[in-house]
Amino acid sequence: MTKQAAGLRTGPGQAGKQQGHARASRKRQRAAYPYTLYLPAAVVYLVIFLVPTVMAFYFALTRWTLFDSTFVGLDNFRDFFAEQNLRIGFVNTLFYAVVTSGLKVVLGLLLGVLLTSKLRLRGFLRSVVFFPVLVSTVAVGITFSALLRPDTGLVNRSLALFGIDGPDWLGDANTALLSVALVDVWKGVGFATVIYIAGILSIPRDYYQAVAVDGGGAWHRFRHVTLPLSWPATYSVIILSFIGGLRSFDLIWTMTRGGPGFTSDTIASIIYKQYQAGFFGLSTAGNVILFVVVTAIVVPLNYFLGKRQVAV
Amino acid sequence: MRALKRVGAEGIALVLATVIFLVPFSFMLLTAVKDEVQAEDLDFAWPSEWPVVQNFTEVIEARDYVLLRAFVNSTVLTVASVALIVVFAAMAAFVLQRRAGKVSKLADFLVLSGLIIPPAIVPTIWLLKGLGLFKTMPGLILVEVAFGLSYAVLLFRAFIAAIPRELDEAAMIDGCTGLTLFFRVIFPLLRPVTITVILTTSVTVFNDFVNPLYFLPGDENATVQLTLYNFQSQYSTQWNLLFMDIVLITIPPLLLFVFFNRKIVAGMTAGAIKG
Repeated sequence: MTKQAAGLRTGPGQAGKQQGHARASRKRQRAAYPYTLYLPAAVVYLVIFLVPTVMAFYFALTRWTLFDSTFVGLDNFRDFFAEQNLRIGFVNTLFYAVVTSGLKVVLGLLLGVLLTSKLRLRGFLRSVVFFPVLVSTVAVGITFSALLRPDTGLVNRSLALFGIDGPDWLGDANTALLSVALVDVWKGVGFATVIYIAGILSIPRDYYQAVAVDGGGAWHRFRHVTLPLSWPATYSVIILSFIGGLRSFDLIWTMTRGGPGFTSDTIASIIYKQYQAGFFGLSTAGNVILFVVVTAIVVPLNYFLGKRQVAV
Repeated sequence: MRALKRVGAEGIALVLATVIFLVPFSFMLLTAVKDEVQAEDLDFAWPSEWPVVQNFTEVIEARDYVLLRAFVNSTVLTVASVALIVVFAAMAAFVLQRRAGKVSKLADFLVLSGLIIPPAIVPTIWLLKGLGLFKTMPGLILVEVAFGLSYAVLLFRAFIAAIPRELDEAAMIDGCTGLTLFFRVIFPLLRPVTITVILTTSVTVFNDFVNPLYFLPGDENATVQLTLYNFQSQYSTQWNLLFMDIVLITIPPLLLFVFFNRKIVAGMTAGAIKG
């Protein structure tokens, strides 16, 4: 609208008329698209989401009972990083996010390539891979807890057929978090796959024909066309799974409750534990740390990946 | 030879996908229809008896019909929050797409923040308590709306961008402005994307575990996901009932998936790539 008005500004004699016109169109805009349409969404968003987010920065600095709060400075944050049990959550959160998003990128891309090739059962396979995305996380967690049981679980029984003695996946501190991360990948890879399918299908066929003319094979097609040109999909998958991975709570909580001990706790599960224990200030400090971690990783990542997207 | 190779590769892909993705689901089904003793083994043995109806009635009757109440609660929660999200997000997306300026820039920023920022749990509880909405269904509905708006706004905005402005102008000549313009002219045109938003958001809200856990605890208000969580501790010995519960609460998303598979996938990818 404004651009148009500026372009039309020619002689000095027209200026007054132009201004009048601009004012009229602004007025018309105000009538056609009134800010009142924002109102319901804005009220709910501000009150329920934004106010708590901002208040968290204050309450994180207090000892808090929900009714009254005493200012204690940075004590909560010091506790968070001084206590081994809490610090581990910080490391675990990063580990979990990196493992899940890395695997979702690799497996999602492979499945995406497979499911856009000329398979006869393509439709069926796409559905099968995608369906876990729609199943409740708690249900998935309970099911896999059963499948991962040390002696009777299906996974270890299958491994036993090959003579491998599988560990107690969820009961061993070394494998607990990784097992949950793998189940997360199982549940979420279908989403990455459909993003890749959409990305791959939007690549113009000409590029593949060009590779064929040059006598390139399947590997060339993948390496020089599919991989670079599905970059926007990779970008989305990385950002989304990072956001999801850093915030992940429900799967960890249903499968291990952060255990054994505190070895598979993440920031989100610590927030819940401290809340249950009545340490509301500490829990909120966890929330602030999570906020900082998420923005400190996702915003630069978004910037960096976005820049690359332009370059390609 | 080549055809043979392809059939071979296809076979391997099929077998792998079946094993990896269908085995857990068949395990759920199998365990749900076994009797209590056999279910305890948590293995893949074929059920020796099929107490399907008995398991079904038992899980329904458990704890004074908590599952039925949970289904009612989840339905109320899902329908109400999805309805509010659709109307609020569509209205906001319309102004956001049509009217450039500082306000829209701010709104844009807030939409992205809503997608990225993890909600601050305890301050939200504190606030809901202050409003008298903590542990109430309306409170939880508002929470779901606040957390679900951003994604819906993105989808709606992308769709509205494809509706020509000339249409607004024509409607304005006929005297439609503001609310009437939106509800009588624009909103009916948003039907395809509205369906997409309804589908994806209802799956999300119905499957939500974290928000009910924090903001609506307690057996009388339980949502279906919380019954699972509660049964998990209560039924550590009655796996058949636990898995019957899992099967029952997986049916609604399964039905949506069977009928609207394409729409759901399209909606999710559109939202993801534009986000």
